[in-house]
Amino acid sequence: MFGYVLRRLAVAIPTLLLLIVFSFILMSLAPGGPFTGERALPPAVLANLEAQYGLNEPLWRQIWNYVWNIVVHFDFGPSFVYPDRSVNELIAAGFPVTLTYGALSFLVAVVLGVSLGIVAAIWHNSWLDYLAVGVSIGAQVLPNFVMAPLLVLVFTLWYRLLPGGGWSFNDPSFWIMPVIALSTSYMASIARITRSSMLEVLGSNHIRTARAKGMPEHRVILRHALKPAMLPVISYLGPVFVSMITGSVVIDIYFSTGGIGKAFVDSALNRDYAVMMGVTILVGALTILFNLLVDVLYAWIDPKIRY
Amino acid sequence: MHNVHPIPVQKTPTHNLEELEMTRFILTTALAATLAMPAFAVQPAEGETLAENQTYTYWLLDAIKSLDPAKNTDVEGSDALRSLFEGLMNEDAQGNMVPGVAEEYEVSDDGLTYTFKLREAKWSDGSPVTADDFVFAWQRVVTPATASEYAWYMELMNVANATQIIAGEMDPAELGVRALDDRTLEVTLTAPTPYFLNTLSHATTFPVPRAVVEEHGDNWTRPGTLVGNGAFTLASHNLGVEIVFQKNPEYWDADNVVMETVRGVTVNDNNVALTRYQAGELDRVQIPAGQFPRLSEQFPDQAVSVPYGCSYAYVFNLSDKGPEVLKDQRVREAMALSLNREVMVDQILQGGQRPAYTWTHWAINGFAAPEGGMDDMPYEARLERARELLEEAGYGPQNPVRLTLQYNTDENHRLLAIAAQQFWRPLGIEITLNNVEWAVHTDRLQNQDFEIARYAWCADYNEASTFLDWFRTDGYNSGKWSNAEFDEILAEARTAEDTTPLYRRAEEILAEEVPAVWVYHYAKVDMINPAIRGLPRENLLNTWYAKDLYRVAE
Repeated sequence: MFGYVLRRLAVAIPTLLLLIVFSFILMSLAPGGPFTGERALPPAVLANLEAQYGLNEPLWRQIWNYVWNIVVHFDFGPSFVYPDRSVNELIAAGFPVTLTYGALSFLVAVVLGVSLGIVAAIWHNSWLDYLAVGVSIGAQVLPNFVMAPLLVLVFTLWYRLLPGGGWSFNDPSFWIMPVIALSTSYMASIARITRSSMLEVLGSNHIRTARAKGMPEHRVILRHALKPAMLPVISYLGPVFVSMITGSVVIDIYFSTGGIGKAFVDSALNRDYAVMMGVTILVGALTILFNLLVDVLYAWIDPKIRY
Repeated sequence: MHNVHPIPVQKTPTHNLEELEMTRFILTTALAATLAMPAFAVQPAEGETLAENQTYTYWLLDAIKSLDPAKNTDVEGSDALRSLFEGLMNEDAQGNMVPGVAEEYEVSDDGLTYTFKLREAKWSDGSPVTADDFVFAWQRVVTPATASEYAWYMELMNVANATQIIAGEMDPAELGVRALDDRTLEVTLTAPTPYFLNTLSHATTFPVPRAVVEEHGDNWTRPGTLVGNGAFTLASHNLGVEIVFQKNPEYWDADNVVMETVRGVTVNDNNVALTRYQAGELDRVQIPAGQFPRLSEQFPDQAVSVPYGCSYAYVFNLSDKGPEVLKDQRVREAMALSLNREVMVDQILQGGQRPAYTWTHWAINGFAAPEGGMDDMPYEARLERARELLEEAGYGPQNPVRLTLQYNTDENHRLLAIAAQQFWRPLGIEITLNNVEWAVHTDRLQNQDFEIARYAWCADYNEASTFLDWFRTDGYNSGKWSNAEFDEILAEARTAEDTTPLYRRAEEILAEEVPAVWVYHYAKVDMINPAIRGLPRENLLNTWYAKDLYRVAE
């Protein structure tokens, strides 16, 4: 197991390098650049900017310098669009915000989604099941770009309970609406996956045996059904967790959290190359890490799985 | 309920307030004009009682990208910088130039040398603002290593040697700006520049504190580090969330500044911003497209539409890379005639914008549009004429002209483009719409890689040349239209006593040759809390100063 983890981590490094090279090349192929605007810059001004940011060098050299600075100095370069700031600073400012509301949303989505799914499966075809399925379908069909402005309308304008947006680490009232808006549709998916997987497990042989032995139902569920039923949920949760903590453009836009999700999309639209690369690497590294974590969890849950 | 403290009204003495308006007179008579120019912040009018809580919260669409005057490139950044710094000149509520750090100035006979006498002003750390701070700031803008996107602004100002320094051919110390002593600044220009004084309220020209910039490098713009000479200091800056300014007690006119705290709050979605305005979280917000009629009916004291110095057009690509059919002037004219701008403005934009028949915004100072143009013709007659022109050129519904109209992603651009498509189709002009993202759009514009493209230009200063220069042969001119007479007229206008007829003639040439179809002139459409006073409504560039604001008791 330990050897397996080490091997996976070793493979992660060339994977990240490939990601950097491909992203860099794709990025440089996109038309326009960080300094194109309504007003074409005079060539001399543009040349100064490009020289300052090293954009006048050949592509292979730019990639080399970029990787070198990361490996040696852990420096992800300067932002082109936010000239007062470095990419390290931008990520250090935005990522904790996203991590906070993302992790909270994840927690809410998992706890509520799994509970809802289990309830629906146990009382299959009862009113509880219909209610749970109804709630999860409702949550799924209400996309967060509809829900977010609706929440602001209700909680900020009508009831004046919560601030309409912004962010503070000291004041949880800023966190509530982002968490609701981000978690609901994930919660719905988790509930559906849990329900169907639970139903499948509940119909399997080992559950029938456990019941035949006269085991109390709550022990059957918690001890014998839950663990195998969680396998498909967990494989879904790995990438979901990464996408939640690396931010949602929709949440960032509607609640103006200053998170990293919007920064990523903006950097692509603004051709803010260094920021785009920085966030790409962050997302890439987290994805690799959490996929590994999911695989390890698998082995722990299902003893049949061996690496 | 707030306690109300009536403040005795201070009347500004009017007898010695000479408005410094940039006039041709100064340049042509070339007297070494010395003007005494007192300037005070806007004051509460008689009968107004101030609110106890002097806070103003305004809306920002996005994060403020830079607080460095040399590196700022956008309007939001400029608004913030006008609170934190003060240049040689400020603008009043009508956009006239009024003294900032400069107390008075002289122009040499040839119009090439300006000498500014600086007032006794202080940085927020208590040290004096000197002429050298301006020299340092201006040299910094053109220094290649600064990588200032707005380095070209010094070229626009015609500051001597700016072009050579930017190109790396000269040392930044050679820039045409010198400190004669601590409080005397001399600027040398390459050519007489009628709009020179108007450029001095722009953030790129603001002084920066040499010691602070040299000590902290790129980090000097952080709260706690940033030192400015404006009416406000930087209290906090949470990038993309909120920026807070506090009144600066060291500001030379601090006694007349009423506002205590100014907050810029970022809300990335305009509709959410409007909701938050209605919830009382914001004092000013832009009205989302199409909602002005409803809101102005519901909140007549809050919904405001004022002219805003930008023009919107469909530019034709007349370069070698452009389509052959557009080189036929009759086709271009037919397209200009048949575009029903009135419908576009009244039915789609609905925010007090005006149909455009000139490139120069109608409200620009001293601008008079040519008469007898197509705007005087009834739409039916225009359509008739358009059909004739197309027929002469050999086109019509049976043999349609096929063209592509490119626009960048935006709901309004899309709706307007669809409308244009519908107006042109019955005449036999088949338009394919091509929506691309912003960076692709501008890239193609600059490489003449389009047929017709949506374009908008915003005034840098309140004078017609800011628009007309765009179409000069060596101007930005993405469509590569070129006309020798037009170029000559603009060159002549640089030193002319009365530019109005020249600019009118230039617009006539544009109307004859149709290098683009003018669509509309912008308006700024906002909800403004009626308790906030001092926001300019006649300033075409919407240049506002937090020092002029105050909040009255409700």
